[in-house]
Amino acid sequence: MNARYLPYVMILPVTLFLCVFFIYPFVLVAQQAFSVDGSWSLANFQEVVGYWKFPISMKNTLLLALAVVPVQVILALTMATMVTKMKTGRDIVLYIWTIPLGISDLAAGIIWLAIFEQSGFLNSMMHGLGMVDRPVNFLTYQNPGIVFLAIALAEIWRATAIMLVILVAGMGLIPKEYYEAAEVFGASPWKRFLRITLPMLRPSLQTALILRVILAFEIFAVVQALGGTLFPVLMGSVYEYQFDLLNSGAAAAIALIILVISIGFTLLILRALRVPKGATI
Amino acid sequence: MTLKMKLAGAASGLAIVVAATAAQADVLFWSTQAKPVEESQAMRDQVLSGHSEAVDYQPNDAGPWITRLQAELEAGTGTIAVLGGLHGDFSAMNPDDLVDLDDLGVMAASGTFNDLAKLGTDAMQYIPWMQASYIMAANKEALQYLPDGADINALSYDQLIEWTANVHEAVGEPKFGFPAGPKGLKHRFFQGYLYPSYTNGVVRTFASDDAVVAWEKMKELWAHTNPASTNFAFLQEQLLNGDAWIAFDHTSRLAAAFNERPDDFVAFPAPAGPTGRGFMPVLAGVAIPKTAPDMEAAKALVQYMLDPATQIATLKATNFFPVVDVELPSDLPPSVQAAGNAVAIMSASPDANPGLLPAGLGDKGGDFSRVYSDTFERIVLAGQDIRTVLDDQKKTLAAIMEESGAPCWAPDAPSEGACPVE
Repeated sequence: MNARYLPYVMILPVTLFLCVFFIYPFVLVAQQAFSVDGSWSLANFQEVVGYWKFPISMKNTLLLALAVVPVQVILALTMATMVTKMKTGRDIVLYIWTIPLGISDLAAGIIWLAIFEQSGFLNSMMHGLGMVDRPVNFLTYQNPGIVFLAIALAEIWRATAIMLVILVAGMGLIPKEYYEAAEVFGASPWKRFLRITLPMLRPSLQTALILRVILAFEIFAVVQALGGTLFPVLMGSVYEYQFDLLNSGAAAAIALIILVISIGFTLLILRALRVPKGATI
Repeated sequence: MTLKMKLAGAASGLAIVVAATAAQADVLFWSTQAKPVEESQAMRDQVLSGHSEAVDYQPNDAGPWITRLQAELEAGTGTIAVLGGLHGDFSAMNPDDLVDLDDLGVMAASGTFNDLAKLGTDAMQYIPWMQASYIMAANKEALQYLPDGADINALSYDQLIEWTANVHEAVGEPKFGFPAGPKGLKHRFFQGYLYPSYTNGVVRTFASDDAVVAWEKMKELWAHTNPASTNFAFLQEQLLNGDAWIAFDHTSRLAAAFNERPDDFVAFPAPAGPTGRGFMPVLAGVAIPKTAPDMEAAKALVQYMLDPATQIATLKATNFFPVVDVELPSDLPPSVQAAGNAVAIMSASPDANPGLLPAGLGDKGGDFSRVYSDTFERIVLAGQDIRTVLDDQKKTLAAIMEESGAPCWAPDAPSEGACPVE
């Protein structure tokens, strides 16, 4: 076989798989979003955007991403640096830190619900320490701030590990020589981190951020478990339209809106963290 | 051939045979009811094991339930033999997709239920299968705070509010529990209880002055409601862990409390308002999709489900009451006795104002309920002005009624054509 064609032959199975299980359903969803009773229409979009909760869901989703992702970047960077510096026990620490990765997001939400609810662990602890006379209701409509905080915490706990794994792999790729040279010239550890690790980590950081940001816009189960109806998010309304209201067109429309936001942010991150031409590790 | 290979061959052969017989013999009962593990197991062990053919009982959430059904209908071929669902699940479907069941020779004792089961056509599209209702339940600790002269079996909304206020004051925290969570059935409280009790209607009176009073009362009640209620969906949990002392919910969502600690809780009727004691039934049915693989087997299963003995077994398994006339045995679980009593007192009360399930809404049933949930969220949770919210939501409701063309149902006065929002 001509060697020129080999790469294309190799990616053919994946391409076919994606076409059948991703592109084709995607086209169907897009069709559904843009049609009402078989004819082309924007009515689905008008309906979902006109619903009084839509701006609230949009704001909540964006706010949550804005609050959660930066914290996760900092945490993941710190944890990754610590792990790479470790001489012994590195694997064990890494395993423990990535445990949340193996837990489904609904389970994570329920774990945190068990902590925050009225008869939950946090209340028992505060009561045991004599800090409160009786259990406090944290997750109520009167405390939107605490609800937000609980969801953000659960999300940070659950999804930092995915960034961590990518960043640890990325750090392992940075050649030791750079650090040795920097040390010879007397660069402080902080300076080495800023001038060597961060720039060299750019491709991994890019991947990690894109993954995280997209997932942040798809947040659903954690919010459902902790916030109930108090904290509407975009993905929640997709579920509601599809399964409670049996309105697939409207559900498809919101799904497309989420997709557009995700693509927008992906392009933004790609542009902000682009690796200049010719610069390679 | 080595021994290992022989064994592997035998195992895979056996697996294929088992799978093939399973696929052949079992009648698939695809249901949205009896979802909790204990209930579905009881359905299999105590209810369906008595049928002459093996039945594969598969309960699921409404979402996956309708998704698989639609997939089979669109494909024109299927494996689902019998559907189990609420009236609302069926009314959202196209009646053409369900087999007419008039020739089965079974139906409910209630003519109203049989009419509902026709889904607006001339023939029964599903057979009423079991019924339930919503009731109130209270921890016996709360009884000492009942207002003077109040009869727990004939409470008014004002007395309920006073009672919850007394408990709130005595215990220091609000102890009324309300199913306002995402999976909670709060909309049914507004549609079947609050509105009929205050406005003698559901749709026509949606934005009336009486409705404003109703929502004011709701706000008063909410002041003594556990604010974590926005996460509650099965009040039995909160009754058992003490987060709620007085609660409103579906009978089968309160059952665990009565079954686990029968001596600690009492069940009683829903309260009454100026226009009577509004209450509403829950109706589940069994139907056969037109894609059922073996029509005879499916029909036999539907007939079996309506058999008096099966109905009593179903009652024990799911806390849903029979729809046919049966003599109830005396060895019923505590939850069934408690709920049965409360429902009986409620229906026999002199001021009873029974409502019907929303009918004729088609696939707008979800949107219809959302109007009431949204109104609650805006008025009670967000504290918006009642009149403004009602006038605003009224437009959405009117649009839904017009689009679906559903005529009024009790307690609203009958209408020509779509039920108007006045």
